[in-house]
Amino acid sequence: MNITLRVWRQPDSDAPGKMHTYQVADVSEDMSFLEMLDVLNEQLTIDGEDPIAFDSDCREGICGMCGLVINGLAHGPGKNVTTCQLHMRSFADGDVIDVEPWRAEPFTVIKDLVVDRSSFDRIIQAGGYITAPTGTAPEANSIPVNKADADAAFDAATCIGCGACVAACPNGSASLFMAAKVAHLGLLPQGQPERHSRVLDMVDQHDAEGFGGCTQIGECTAACPKGIQIDLISRMDRDVLSAIAHRK
Amino acid sequence: MWRSTIVLKVAMAISGLILVLYLLAHMYGNLKVFAGQEAFDGYSHHLRTMGEPLLPYAGALWIIRVVLLVAVILHIYCAVTLWRRMRLATAGGGGQRYESTKARRGNQRTYASFTMRWGGVVIALFVVYHLLHLTWNTISPGGASGSPYERVVNGFSIWWVVLSYTVALLAVGFHLRHGVWAALASLGANTSQRRRRHLNVLATVVALLITVGFLIPPFAILFGLVG
Amino acid sequence: MSVNLSNYYVDGDPIADSSAPDVPLHETWDQRRFDANLVNPANRRKRTVIIIGTGLAGGSAAATLGEAGYHVKNFCYQDSPRRAHSIAAQGGINAAKNYRNDGDSIQRLFYDTVKGGDYRSRESNSWRLAQISVEIIDQCVAQGVPFAREYGGLLDNRSFGGVQVSRTFYARGQTGQQLLLGAYQALERQIAAGNVEMHTRHEMLELIVAEGRARGVVVRDMVTGEIETHMADAVVLGSGGYGNVYFLSTNAMGCNVTATWRAHRKGAYFANPCYTQIHPTCIPVSGDFQSKLTLMSESLRNDGRIWVPKEGGDTRHPRDIPTAERDYYLERRYPAFGNLVPRDVASRAAKQVCDEGRGVGPGGRGVYLDFASAIERMGRKAVEAKYGNLFEMYEQITGEDPYEVPMRIYPAVHYTMGGLWVDYDLQSTIPGLFVIGEANFSDHGANRLGASALMQGLSDGYFVLPPMISNYLADAPFEEVGPDHPEAVAAAEAVRSRIEKLLAVNGSRTVDSFHRDLGHIVWEYCGMERTEEGLVKAIDLIRELREEFWRDVKVTGTNEELNQTLEKAGRVADFFELAELMCIDALHRDESCGAHFRAEHQTEDGEALRDDENFAYVAAWEFGGEGGKPVLHKEDLVYQNIQMKQRSYK
Ligand SMILES: Cc1cc2nc3c(=O)[nH]c(=O)nc-3n(C[C@H](O)[C@H](O)[C@H](O)COP(=O)(O)OP(=O)(O)OC[C@H]3O[C@@H](n4cnc5c(N)ncnc54)[C@H](O)[C@@H]3O)c2cc1C
Ligand code: HEM
Ligand code: HEM
Ligand code: SF4
Ligand code: F3S
Ligand code: FES
Repeated sequence: MNITLRVWRQPDSDAPGKMHTYQVADVSEDMSFLEMLDVLNEQLTIDGEDPIAFDSDCREGICGMCGLVINGLAHGPGKNVTTCQLHMRSFADGDVIDVEPWRAEPFTVIKDLVVDRSSFDRIIQAGGYITAPTGTAPEANSIPVNKADADAAFDAATCIGCGACVAACPNGSASLFMAAKVAHLGLLPQGQPERHSRVLDMVDQHDAEGFGGCTQIGECTAACPKGIQIDLISRMDRDVLSAIAHRK
Repeated sequence: MWRSTIVLKVAMAISGLILVLYLLAHMYGNLKVFAGQEAFDGYSHHLRTMGEPLLPYAGALWIIRVVLLVAVILHIYCAVTLWRRMRLATAGGGGQRYESTKARRGNQRTYASFTMRWGGVVIALFVVYHLLHLTWNTISPGGASGSPYERVVNGFSIWWVVLSYTVALLAVGFHLRHGVWAALASLGANTSQRRRRHLNVLATVVALLITVGFLIPPFAILFGLVG
Repeated sequence: MSVNLSNYYVDGDPIADSSAPDVPLHETWDQRRFDANLVNPANRRKRTVIIIGTGLAGGSAAATLGEAGYHVKNFCYQDSPRRAHSIAAQGGINAAKNYRNDGDSIQRLFYDTVKGGDYRSRESNSWRLAQISVEIIDQCVAQGVPFAREYGGLLDNRSFGGVQVSRTFYARGQTGQQLLLGAYQALERQIAAGNVEMHTRHEMLELIVAEGRARGVVVRDMVTGEIETHMADAVVLGSGGYGNVYFLSTNAMGCNVTATWRAHRKGAYFANPCYTQIHPTCIPVSGDFQSKLTLMSESLRNDGRIWVPKEGGDTRHPRDIPTAERDYYLERRYPAFGNLVPRDVASRAAKQVCDEGRGVGPGGRGVYLDFASAIERMGRKAVEAKYGNLFEMYEQITGEDPYEVPMRIYPAVHYTMGGLWVDYDLQSTIPGLFVIGEANFSDHGANRLGASALMQGLSDGYFVLPPMISNYLADAPFEEVGPDHPEAVAAAEAVRSRIEKLLAVNGSRTVDSFHRDLGHIVWEYCGMERTEEGLVKAIDLIRELREEFWRDVKVTGTNEELNQTLEKAGRVADFFELAELMCIDALHRDESCGAHFRAEHQTEDGEALRDDENFAYVAAWEFGGEGGKPVLHKEDLVYQNIQMKQRSYK
């Protein structure tokens, strides 16, 4: 099939960017979206043009490196998939497809479709961990964890840190990302001692990075490739209230 | 911490819910038009004599007014702050920040959720207009009167007054359709996917109840069923 | 042998591991730790350690050394340490906890590791790995890794990779992700504490060796193109495996050999480069555009039946091929193990039937993995419960519904057992250069057990490297060596001129097209099955292609920007050199062992035939200089605790 792409091109973070139109011919429906871009890039290179920069690494939906806004939707159409898992059979011959980078103030565009997501690392630095220095830890089975909690913690822990929630949120909020980590650690017995300080520190860092506040719109959940649910945001809000109430 | 987006949102939720409670009580009071002028004016009088002699005349009303005023100011302050942070976080674009126009309505968000802010402004303007009209009677379509009942009946006999109230109440309805859900979720009540559905149903019910409940008297008056 | 091997390499002196203490095997690690020198906590702050990589190995090492108080500089090419390739590991991590009471023990895990590696690994290393496995699980649980649990709240286990005990800990199909996030969070904590300086989107392009020690690296800032020199007291490489030499593999797009290859060129020996593991159950290639292969969990082989049509060129719909005209070749050839034969056996058998022209799907490179009888036997519901998410993933990629049409699978490169040679202390032949995780030649011999790579990465990073690097740093301070040291300046200059050279070629072919061609050659001749003839041919082809690469590659743009073509070009240039060494290693190892299958050496039923007499050694290759021949150093493998046996899966 033949596809028309409208792609955001921007040479670097300081330069202005704009949409460019490209034609891609003979696209196979077995191609992934990123492979289609690879093919376009091969062509651009041969023609001596600058290939389109975009991030990807694992190409199987787990590393969180990839992420494009396709036709206005973070990670494109399709439920619970990352951009690298999107295949061209989701499109039709003759389609015009818009491709843009994640947009949010803390996600500076580095080039074309590549953005800076280091703010996520700093949110984790602020408290997204359990302090357990390497050494002789207690025997693993000495801390039983109720299976329901363990499963719920796992569900939350599957967040791949891709940033689609931010890209989709009308407020530019990273609440879903943050809530997923708060829930993962807060659901486990090991995570209790730091539960209160963790959530307050992470929220402060989130705001300091310049992300917006959550007003419970739910676009994040719909875009999240891992199906992280927004009840985790509510859970995080409870943790904040409880942390404030217990402040010494 | 106190200025964090989450605390601001919680403050909005609490103030918003206070306003909702007020609206429910106000709506109940309004429905007294059907009981006649005496009951309606009596009710208005009762509001002012509540708590006497412990409180001076209109004391309880003033307490309510202060609470309302504080709630409104807090609500608006938080709304404006969050609004600003949204604009900073999205270079002003909010949910419309992509070049692509193919998903301007997002993936699943409700109309209500993205009209919250301008909807709120409409409500605020309406409240001023409404106070000028029915509380202070500065503007008095259909004729001024010392009796609240007469003010109401006079006003709502005019089609464009009814229309202006209808527009405002639709705005209130939308505001509450998303607002009630969002307030409860921000206070931590959204505990599962099932609960999310329940809270949304509740929000819709409250929004409908308030919109319809408020609109019954004006239309009843317009169609001559009252007065 | 008909070819003259001396055309390809020269023999050097034997090499030996001199750092494992000479005590009974089970006391080796405790003794080594006791013998190791310590560094006073107050002095640690003054010691800088560079760590390349933030995978399970690099990430856990950086966090642990940061906690210990060293000044750590950590690098990765991704935009966040959390995205290292370890994140993609699915199956699980082994540990000899014996929670099932099914007869597991450190001794048994050790035994399985050595046997699985076809007796080509070092006893002392394999033992230590098994011993430490137990502590890893404790450490990870303390960090909050959400392992699967039983209803009673205790940890669950499963059996994995053809072993008879249940010792694999898992977190659904995302074990690598959860383990890595644990290490990543510990690492981020150290970054916040100021102990670790994190440099993301930085690629190591050269090692600095000065005054006889590894003292720094040259990296390229992948956003600005700036070439930076970083100095330290010791350098650690945890840069992962080189499976991407094949172009198509299950590795992430960015996986590369550059860090270890550059160190090799500076004097670190490269051991057993030809040992590469092929995974039997991947989704087959569907076209020339394909950029990578996706692994499907091996557990599918528990219930799926593998077959191809009896006749080549049978293009009927698989459901229309009657049972009598199907060849369930694994069940036929290996009645005892059937579809559950080990990875290498299953992979080779698939290649054979495809070579016979009986392969299915586009290009004829695939075999059916059929769930029809499982659905009949267990019901669709049960199959769905067990494999639902894998089926979904398959359908997403291929557009075919595996409940209706049999899946198509084909083997793909998955893991590389070879890597930089290290002694028991994980130190390479360059003093002060330590190598951990998949980047070293490791503890796995000629083949790795499923679920043991994660174990090794964490064992190296959390538990082995920290005391061993302290032992090394106890001798510090070393000579004053700054970024203006001639070696450092020369290294940075070398990086710059290489980049300029790549940009200057301005030929007519893209980097990917070269990489794809290189991959074809290596896969064809140095993949699942190798022959002398093929390897000789491959070496010539690689040399020609490499020459063409430097003559005709087209790299657009400049150095002073984010330039993904330039990044790829540098990696592919190193893959060319590695590919040649792999083929030479495979050519010289005139036996079959583990994943290295030389067609000339097989039993009557097509099993790998080892030659313990002549090849029970590690082949450690020294760089022979630009245009020179590599030098082979042999480390003899001595088995005192295990008896060498021939594998049999009949
Ligand atoms: C699909 C798949 C499934 C697997 N499943 C399992 C399993 O179930 N169980 C199991 O035990 N093993 C499994 N493995 C193997 C296992 O995942 C890897 O062997 C292991 O994770 C390697 O870890 P590492 O830390 O050594 O390297 P990696 O995780 O590969 O990390 C390499 C790091 O080095 C950095 N780096 C590399 N080169 C450079 C450079 N030049 N400059 C700067 N930084 C650089 C990268 O940024 C990265 O941070 C699987 C592998 C694959 C491909
Ligand atoms: C100037 C007037 C107003 C403005 C600008 C305003 C704005 C907002 C905004 C921005 C929100 C948050 C939106 C969201 O969650 O998506 C909100 C929530 C809410 N508003 Fe208003 N509003 C105003 C007046 C009112 C009034 C008069 C009421 C009472 C009926 C009210 C009730 C609520 C409720 C209950 C919520 C939910 C609280 C929450 O979101 O946490 N608002 N409002
Ligand atoms: C059809 C709808 C409505 C009718 C008939 C109505 C009627 C009235 C009347 C008669 C008063 C004067 C009461 C008195 O002074 O004793 C009043 C006051 C007031 N109304 Fe309404 N109202 C309506 C809708 C609303 C709505 C939608 C809001 C808010 C969003 C609102 C907010 C108020 C407020 C804040 C006051 C002032 C209360 C005080 O402090 O005295 N009203 N209303
Ligand atoms: S919550 Fe979902 S969308 Fe957000 S970063 Fe995590 S995986 Fe991505
Ligand atoms: S879309 Fe945004 S407003 Fe909240 S629920 Fe999701 S973060
Ligand atoms: S490239 Fe790893 S998630 Fe898409």
